Amino acid sequence: MMLDNLDRAILRVLTQDATKTASALGRLLGLSQPATWRRIKRLQYAGVLTGRRLVLDAEKLGFGVTVFLGVKLATKGRVSLEDFERAVSAIPEIQTVEHVLGLYDYRLRVVARDLADFERVLRRRIMTLPGVGDVEANVLLSEERLSGPI
Amino acid sequence: MLDDISRSILRYLQNDPTLAIPELADRVNLTAAQATRRLDKLTEEGIIKGQEAQINWEALGFTVQVSLRITLDKTATRAFDEFQAAAREIAEVLEIQTFLGRVDVRLSLVARDLNHYQQVYREQILTLPHIADIEALMTVSEVKRAEVLPI
Repeated sequence: MMLDNLDRAILRVLTQDATKTASALGRLLGLSQPATWRRIKRLQYAGVLTGRRLVLDAEKLGFGVTVFLGVKLATKGRVSLEDFERAVSAIPEIQTVEHVLGLYDYRLRVVARDLADFERVLRRRIMTLPGVGDVEANVLLSEERLSGPI
Repeated sequence: MLDDISRSILRYLQNDPTLAIPELADRVNLTAAQATRRLDKLTEEGIIKGQEAQINWEALGFTVQVSLRITLDKTATRAFDEFQAAAREIAEVLEIQTFLGRVDVRLSLVARDLNHYQQVYREQILTLPHIADIEALMTVSEVKRAEVLPI
């Protein structure tokens, strides 16, 4: 889908605050409410705007640690990949699972209450998954999200 | 700490942030006014920070997603700050994360195709300050993306 400058402005605002109504967004951009609404719908139909994410303060909710894990599978093959993906996706502390090409096979984002809790998740849930080989852990210190090429 | 009702509210909202208040109230056995009060309180306390729209970069023609794991030259005192400030200026960069571990910084970036990626990599990434080492991981597929907290 090709975007014009107004589409880009809409995306930039909504990626910061998805609760903005079409009329509030329209006022901001000098568009009428119906015109803004049509543009938002078009971005949704084209699959550009896929949904919303509730942003919570993880620390205030007691999740003090986020760890990224690089996981190498010890045994490869289609069946074990599927088994691994199904089992790893079912762990509630694991927020994202990416199949990657490079040094590791999978990249996992794990949240935990503290390092001791992370160790428990790692030992009891992750290291016991089918086919897990080498694991590398990096503890997240800071994170910023940018609006990207829009 | 939160009580069970507030926890349920956060669980429902994490799964569907567009859930209307009457529906949400219904699910946790509250009146709409009570649910609104709880939501206001969660927002005031900074527990709910807001809602972000999610963009599917593939639908915009960005088919390549790469994660660059970078080690910085820590002998330079302002290596982190200078690197981050410069990385922020690259349009294709979506996320900048810093770590404690073998990797210092990770950049997540998108590109239209491999040619475009190569161009960004050579002209903008390799010229970033204080890089000691870079490893690239290319995303083949996203198996799970549910950035929800197990509340």
